[in-house]
Amino acid sequence: MSVALSAEDISRALTRISHEILERNHGSAEITLLGIPTRGAHLAARIATIMTGIEGREIPYGTLDITLYRDDLRLRPPRTIMPTSIPSIGIAGRDVILIDDVLYSGRTIRAALDALGEVGRPRTVQLAVLVDRGHRELPIRADYVGKNLPTSPRQSVKVQLTEIDSIDEVVIEGEAN
Amino acid sequence: MRHLLSITDLTAADAIGILNTATELARINEGQVKKLPTLRGRTIVNLFAEDSTRTRISFEAAAKRLSADVINFSAKGSSLSKGESLKDTAQTLQAMGADAVVIRHSASGAAQRLADLEWMSGSVINAGDGTHEHPSQALLDAFTIRKHLSKGANDLAGLRIAIVGDVLHSRVARSNVLLLSLLGADVVLVAPPTLLPVGVETWPASVSYDFDAVIPNVDAIMMLRVQQERMTDLFFPNAREYSRYFGLNSERMSAMATHAIVMHPGPMNRGLEISADVADSARSVIVEQVTNGVNIRMAILYVLLAGGPLEVGSN
Amino acid sequence: MQATRYVLKGGKILGNIQSDILIANGVIENIAPTINDDSAVTVNVTGNVILPGLVDLHTHLREPGREDSETVLSASKAGAKGGFTALSAMANTSPVADTAGVVEQVFRLGQEAGLVDVFPIGAVTHGLKGEQLSEIGAMADSLARVRVFSDDGNCVFDPLVMRRALEYIKKFDGVIAQHAQEPRLTVGAQMNEGSISATLGLKGWPAIAEEAIIARDVLLADHVKSRLHICHVTTAGGVEIIRWAKARGIQVSAEVTPHHLLLTDDLATTYDPIFKVNPPLRTTADVMALREALADGTIDIVATDHAPHSSETKDCEWQEASFGMIGLETALSIVVKTMVETGLLDWAGVADRMSIAPARIGRYTQQGRNLLVGSAAHVTVIDPTKNWTVDRDLVLSKSRNTPYHGYELPGLVTHTFFGGHATVIDSQVLDKAAL
Repeated sequence: MSVALSAEDISRALTRISHEILERNHGSAEITLLGIPTRGAHLAARIATIMTGIEGREIPYGTLDITLYRDDLRLRPPRTIMPTSIPSIGIAGRDVILIDDVLYSGRTIRAALDALGEVGRPRTVQLAVLVDRGHRELPIRADYVGKNLPTSPRQSVKVQLTEIDSIDEVVIEGEAN
Repeated sequence: MRHLLSITDLTAADAIGILNTATELARINEGQVKKLPTLRGRTIVNLFAEDSTRTRISFEAAAKRLSADVINFSAKGSSLSKGESLKDTAQTLQAMGADAVVIRHSASGAAQRLADLEWMSGSVINAGDGTHEHPSQALLDAFTIRKHLSKGANDLAGLRIAIVGDVLHSRVARSNVLLLSLLGADVVLVAPPTLLPVGVETWPASVSYDFDAVIPNVDAIMMLRVQQERMTDLFFPNAREYSRYFGLNSERMSAMATHAIVMHPGPMNRGLEISADVADSARSVIVEQVTNGVNIRMAILYVLLAGGPLEVGSN
Repeated sequence: MQATRYVLKGGKILGNIQSDILIANGVIENIAPTINDDSAVTVNVTGNVILPGLVDLHTHLREPGREDSETVLSASKAGAKGGFTALSAMANTSPVADTAGVVEQVFRLGQEAGLVDVFPIGAVTHGLKGEQLSEIGAMADSLARVRVFSDDGNCVFDPLVMRRALEYIKKFDGVIAQHAQEPRLTVGAQMNEGSISATLGLKGWPAIAEEAIIARDVLLADHVKSRLHICHVTTAGGVEIIRWAKARGIQVSAEVTPHHLLLTDDLATTYDPIFKVNPPLRTTADVMALREALADGTIDIVATDHAPHSSETKDCEWQEASFGMIGLETALSIVVKTMVETGLLDWAGVADRMSIAPARIGRYTQQGRNLLVGSAAHVTVIDPTKNWTVDRDLVLSKSRNTPYHGYELPGLVTHTFFGGHATVIDSQVLDKAAL
């Protein structure tokens, strides 16, 4: 087990991502943040707070559960459905930033795009992740990446956040080969 | 969990899991999303060997919202009413590739027979078997009660619920007694002694013959349908006398606690067990029960069908 | 028929006295510590228990009418395998055994099968309808010499009909075997009424429905001084009434089935109709009361109520299924398990409850005799140390509705002799051709 990101690294990465999002979108006026439960939702809340600090205004953020849209449901026992909460401003015509903790095969993001499509029609959809560990199975890439972590498929990347895990830390478990 | 045959198949955690799933699904259903891709490619058969339009439609709506293919196989004109055995029917459904069978049958235990005898490999969901159980109805009732009365708690601890009427012949009562008590509620059964089963004292519920004494002390009153033909079987003298002692009318309703709700699984006999003004009153959540039924049945289908095969020993 | 001579060597009569037994010319010709007879076939039964051939007072043979589920021949084979040398053919056949013609037909079928005595039971009422007496006298005078009359399957409910029947059979020392079931209290009933039926939503069958009829009928039997037999007693309350009646000197006898000595109503939680039987399985308290009553003689006999049903009438929903279970091949082992292994009965007691007493009640004069020189050679040999596993696919009955599939049971019938002929050797039933 090795620590890939410390608490400080995570904090710095989120701040950087916040700035990049604001820069690319020319400010926060049209931005809606949607975190993918569980940890992506907490990351979205943190990014919203950071942006509010920068911009001096409330940033609409919410959660988007993608369980019902997964294409791998039958590979595992039933998963708990997590809350979906779309900010009251909605997503139509907005620049929606999907936020997740780890980008891996890309299937979660595909499901999220399907789920989003049922909710409304954003102007753009962008993707921010804390960790990109590679091994994509779909043509999907992140617009904002906290850290690229080259890993072996046999390893697992574990993101821990104080909101649920009592520590901020990203660790890699298992041997590379 | 592979089948839902009886509330006894569920732990409190299982039941709460279904209620929570239904809560999330309800939120989605209230929005603009009307169809989810979750069960695309799965086939669900509604095997209704007994008339029940509302339960069948509720399961059908639930399955369709999850994108499952639905085959309706109902009593009128089906082979079940022509004396074909349940076994033969099950084997036919198996040959059709049913992933789940939702069964309504007049024989107690029919769902369990279907599940136990391995006549078919899919999941079996009991949509009411004789006078045994109706677990999806109890789950939707618990869901409705929780939504109105639990103040955010997951379970029903501390709530007191009266189930009133023909308990003897009621599968709704059996499933509700088991589920509501599993979730921590106090259940009191109110009925004339003729309409309570011998052995009711072993149930996790108390019994009262005095409706008026119970009314002020409960958070919810669940009225059961009383069939007219029970009169001829000597269960009570006549409809008028039944109503006088066990019917919920506006006078009795006025004795209820201010927060208490009125429930009925339907179909109602207005004027017999419940008066029209009570059924249509602000306390009545009867119409909402129907809405919640779809969400609960979606949750049941999701829990039973969305996941892959469970590992041995899990759940 | 060429009668073979047999010497049974080393067996224990009624489980006690070790003796050799010479069977010849249809009778027990000799009993002695050691018998050597070169002209006889020696059968080594060392350590095994020797009982008089078992007698069943309550068997459904289904012929005529339902030969798809059982015939007199198939039931005879099953009976022989279970150690029986006499069966009593219940009257609820199609046509009903309510005339001399039908009982003589069944009697003849039994003789043709040749493996056990088949004693027909006559219907009490015409067509089992409970209204008019059947041709009781003609059946008593027929070749079948019927002494036991029963509407089993139905209760003789009308008290006047029951009174007249009890009176009428006194003429020839008959007995009415009552299926005690109050019909109004058991409309649509599916299983014992109690906490299990309440939970399962299956219509309850109250104990009182049985006890009310037993109480009425012992009083009627007392009043008209006739013989009453209560079929398949299942409740502790029924036992109490019979105990009271016997203490008053009323001529009442009673039977219990093997399944009611072992199985209880909680088996219905499977909804498997293999456990659906009339009268229904009761509670553990009832089972214990029945065992005690059989031990102290309040209940006189064990009778199988062997009730074959084809698979389609059991492979279905509980409430659609037929009542009944087969029992000829397992009866003795169930009695060993419930009564002998528990110390409630010794082997002499088993002989009484399963052979001597049922023959006495039925007035089967050549059956149920003590194993004495000169008695008809109806003999059953049991290996008490042997356990065996019930396999419904191996039963000799034409139906497979045994509730004991997969049970390991104690006590194996190794040999049965019927009228001096071996019908079972090494637990294999012999074809009639081999007799």
